Amino acid sequence: MHVLDATFAALSDPTRRAILARLAKSEATVMQLAEPFEMTQPAISRHLKVLENAGLIARRVEGAKRPCRLAEGGIDAIDQWLAMFRKALARNYDRLDELLADTKQPAKGKEKR
Amino acid sequence: MSKLTLGIEGDRHVVVKRRFAASPEAVYRAHTEPALIQKWMLGPDGWTMPVCICEARPNGNIRYEWTNGSGGGFHLTGEFLELEPFRRIVHVERMHLPGPTPDNHVETKFDPDGTGTLMTMRMTLPDAQTRSRMLATGMEHGMEASYVRLESTF
Repeated sequence: MHVLDATFAALSDPTRRAILARLAKSEATVMQLAEPFEMTQPAISRHLKVLENAGLIARRVEGAKRPCRLAEGGIDAIDQWLAMFRKALARNYDRLDELLADTKQPAKGKEKR
Repeated sequence: MSKLTLGIEGDRHVVVKRRFAASPEAVYRAHTEPALIQKWMLGPDGWTMPVCICEARPNGNIRYEWTNGSGGGFHLTGEFLELEPFRRIVHVERMHLPGPTPDNHVETKFDPDGTGTLMTMRMTLPDAQTRSRMLATGMEHGMEASYVRLESTF
């Protein structure tokens, strides 16, 4: 459960989702990531730490730089998105089931008469 | 829950399938009549749709406004492109959060399936990034209710 909590928390932030979308294209350094987001490097670093702790990204050492990439299980992040989207839709359709059942019953009653 | 399948196809598509224990006509009406739409297309518990414009004809307008009753809200606009009564709807839609998201092109089919209906909704987004963002947005709006459900599961 701990990992799942960390993943949800990590994905709940729009900047972190944007970072993942950026890393889906290619590996990037903190400096490269900070640019499009108009954020300071320390701010981006904090987001990266959250993503790393959630297992969503991995970093390697290259001299003084630590370029980031999507972690091996990066596809899991997309699965999480899909799962949550599915839940939002599922709630709607469960409600539609109820509505369809409600509108159907009176019609059946009429047929019997 | 298990009745719903959701998948991604290629870079730009999302496909949703769901079976309903009602005729294609009933399911189609629930997607095109405002009074019915307002009863189910609400997202997480606690949200309502005070404004529902759904002009079910080619070039007809769509406007859905949602609110959570405590200041939170957003809306969706769109246009119908094609309608084959009780069988198929093609429309475009975009969310306003508050800026408009790129257009989502949606084809919804209602096929007879035994005594019920198999609905297949195929969304086409402009590109892969837009698709990711849309799915993430769906997550945001479903998140609160989903958290509650997760907590009760574990």
